[in-house]
Formats: sequence, structure tokens, C-alpha cells
Amino acid sequence: MKPVTVIIDYDAGNLRSVQRACSEVGLEAQISSDANQVAAAERIIFPGVGAAGSGMASVRKNGLDEALLGAYAAGVPILGICLGVQISLDHSAEQDTKTLGLLPGRVRQFKFSNPELKVPHMGWNEVRVTQPHPLLADVKPGQEFYFVHGYYPDPAQHSDVYAVSDYEIEFPCAIGRDNYFGTQFHCEKSGRFGLQLLANFANWDGTC
Amino acid sequence: MLSKRLIACLDVRNGNLAKSVKFVDTKDIGDPVAKAREYYLDGLDELVFYDITASHEDRGIMLDVVEAVASQVFIPLSVGGGVRSVQDATDLRLAGAEKINVNSAAVSNPDLISACAVSIGEQNVVLSMDVQKVPPSDALPSGYEIVINGGRKPMGLDALGWALRGEQLGAGELVVNSIDADGTREGYEITLTRMISEAVRIPVIASGGAGTSQHLVDVLQEGKADAALVASMVHFGDYTCSGIKQDLHAAGVRMRMAW
Repeated sequence: MKPVTVIIDYDAGNLRSVQRACSEVGLEAQISSDANQVAAAERIIFPGVGAAGSGMASVRKNGLDEALLGAYAAGVPILGICLGVQISLDHSAEQDTKTLGLLPGRVRQFKFSNPELKVPHMGWNEVRVTQPHPLLADVKPGQEFYFVHGYYPDPAQHSDVYAVSDYEIEFPCAIGRDNYFGTQFHCEKSGRFGLQLLANFANWDGTC
Repeated sequence: MLSKRLIACLDVRNGNLAKSVKFVDTKDIGDPVAKAREYYLDGLDELVFYDITASHEDRGIMLDVVEAVASQVFIPLSVGGGVRSVQDATDLRLAGAEKINVNSAAVSNPDLISACAVSIGEQNVVLSMDVQKVPPSDALPSGYEIVINGGRKPMGLDALGWALRGEQLGAGELVVNSIDADGTREGYEITLTRMISEAVRIPVIASGGAGTSQHLVDVLQEGKADAALVASMVHFGDYTCSGIKQDLHAAGVRMRMAW
């Protein structure tokens, strides 16, 4: 089987926008729910929208959890997006779900003291890089990315946080360790800067 | 902090871009795909495609337009007009729409909102409401009434009540479109927008009446909208997306200024 870039399909949203954005930066990716294809991939994108509980159940049902853990251990570059990032941590407050645990940490719900703040956090917000990473190499102060989420990733170790954003509180919006990197924002819907991040992923060897 | 959004609405009729004044007298004004790409490159934050013939006529052509736009425009894309079923929503999502706007069909069948929310996710369901001002009454206590079918049919349904019901049913966002202001370019309906935005916890997009950048400033600040929708202002070339955003930024509205 020829190694390819695989976008993991686990019934968690429309993945074609991710595929189109990859294609725009020259990364031809195939959408697959087949654990064998994921295990054989040379590069993996783990996107997704929706709820952690049903998302995680779907990942388990198809044996994608083992495939992802195996790929992570083998050093395959993996990019999580939105729900894909949340599921990569140990536990989500959403539906009290035990998740994949690629990285130690929890997913927390936004709880606002200001009643005027809308839920979910939807729209464009500034991403502030807190430590350098090859995927964030082109992100400059003032650049905004597109978010839609009511929960956010909170890694146990500060060294796993690469960028933060603000919505009443400061929260991690890009996290990673070794060959895994994840963005809470949607790089596929974040215009030119989001496409640049995907282009960087396409060229990433999985080291920091 | 979160920026306010500038959204352009492209009304599409039989695959062409159209713009109405008070929902009648539509004119064709160009190729929607080219316009979408132009606005995307000029800093637009989000696009809405509205199939204005869809309530009555064949709508397959819209899927082609959505598909073409989705492969060239990498910002959120919302599509509406004639969405009657979860299948319609799914078809549009597969063609490349991020969010689906439901309007007329949801008024006669509110379960459509919850069914779509379950199927495609609450955050992707936008309840679009066409609203006209009426004298307040027992049935219409807010003084605003829901109308459907492109503004042709008053429903005797209170707009504020409908907004709250929509939120409860699982809509992730509201478009509040004033029929009275639509196409006039005399300003948004601030009172209506603010009333609804203060009553719900989901984002509210103000629609109808934009004619100057100051109108957007007013509805985003005084009207408490999370996003402002424009059409005529940019379609006819009087304003550009980047120009509007610069005006808003200069007026103190937080906008995405790098793209």
C-alpha cells in the first residue's frame, strides 16, 4: 500500500473542506475511516467537529484509536484540528469522556462571568505564539484564525502549549508534542494564514 | 478578543448573482464565484449564499455554485434558501457549505432546526429570520413579525419569541433580516437587532439596510450584533470589503485586519 496523507473520517463533520484546503497547498489527502489506511499513512490529519462523546465512540468503534496511537508512537506527523485536538488529550469535560490520551491534559468548558459573551466562541480571533514551532513559523502578531468551539484544550504540561488566544480567559489554541500538533482553530477556514499552516504541515518531518 | 465579522451575502438566482430592493425587483449583477473570490482576497470574514429562487424552483444549480466557491474560498461559507430537509442541508454541506441557513421551512416545521442540529451540529445551523415591524399586539408583543417566502407571507409569529424558540431548538446562530430596511441602504434596524441579541446567547448577524460604514458601526456597537451582513454596498462597487473593515477599525470596532 502506497503511503499517503489520510484525513481521518469518524463521522464527525464534513471533511471535504479540509481536503480542499490541503489540495490548495499541494497536499493531496484521502479521506478514510479505515484503520489499516490510517496505520499505513505517512501523514495524518485528525479533524472533526461535534461532541467529544460521540466522536470518541466513533473513533473506538472503527479501531482508529489504536491506529492513531500506533502512528504517534511511530513518529508519523499528525495534525489535529478542533474536535480532533480535544480527543487527543486524556479527558473531555464534554459528556465526561475519556479520550485518546496522545498528550496528557483535559478539555474544559468555557464558563463566562460576562453574560454578554456568546457561546460558542465563534469567529476570528488572534492567535499568539508562545513558543516556536515549525507549523507556526509564519504566524505573526495580529494574525487571526477562525474558531468555533465551546470547549478548549488544556494540556497538563505547559511545554505542550504553542499558542494561546483570548475569550474572556486566555486559553491554549495550539498544542503539540513530538510529531503531534493540534489547533483548536480551523486552519482550513482561516484564509491565507491557515493555508500557510497546512503548507507547513505538508513539509513537516515531525520534529520540533 | 473575538473580532466582529463582516459577512457578504450573495443572493443567487439561477446561478447568477442578484440583488433585490425590499425583496422585489431583482437584478442580475454578475458571477457569484468570481465575486466570492474577490471578496475573500479583500479580507471578507465570511460568505453567505442565498438561493433566492429556491423556495419555488429547481435548486440543483446552486450545488454547483457552492462547490465552485468552496474550492476557491477558504473562509466560512454559509448557504441557505429553500432548505426544507436534513437531506437538503447534507447535500449543501457535501458541496462545501460550512453552515446551513434555514428560514421559511423552519417556520412551518420547527423540528427542521433540531433535526439539522443533530445531523450537522448546532454550530452549523443558522436560523435566518425575515422580520417586519408591526404595531405591538397580544400576538406580536415585540412589535416585530416573522414573514416567509422571501417576504411575501406574514406568519403572525412574534420575532423575539421565534428567536428564542430557534435557540432552544438548537440553532447555533441567528440572522436577523429586516424586511423594512432591506435594500434601502438607510441603515440596519438597530432596535430589533439589539432586542434579539440581548435575549439570546448565540451570535446574531444583523442584515438588511447597510448603506455606509457608519451603519455597520452602529449595529455592531449600539445594536450589539456579532456580525454585520452587507450586499448592495459591496456588490455595486461603492465600497470594498477592506475599505469597510478599515472604517470599522478606525471607529473602534475590533476587526480582523490582516489577511
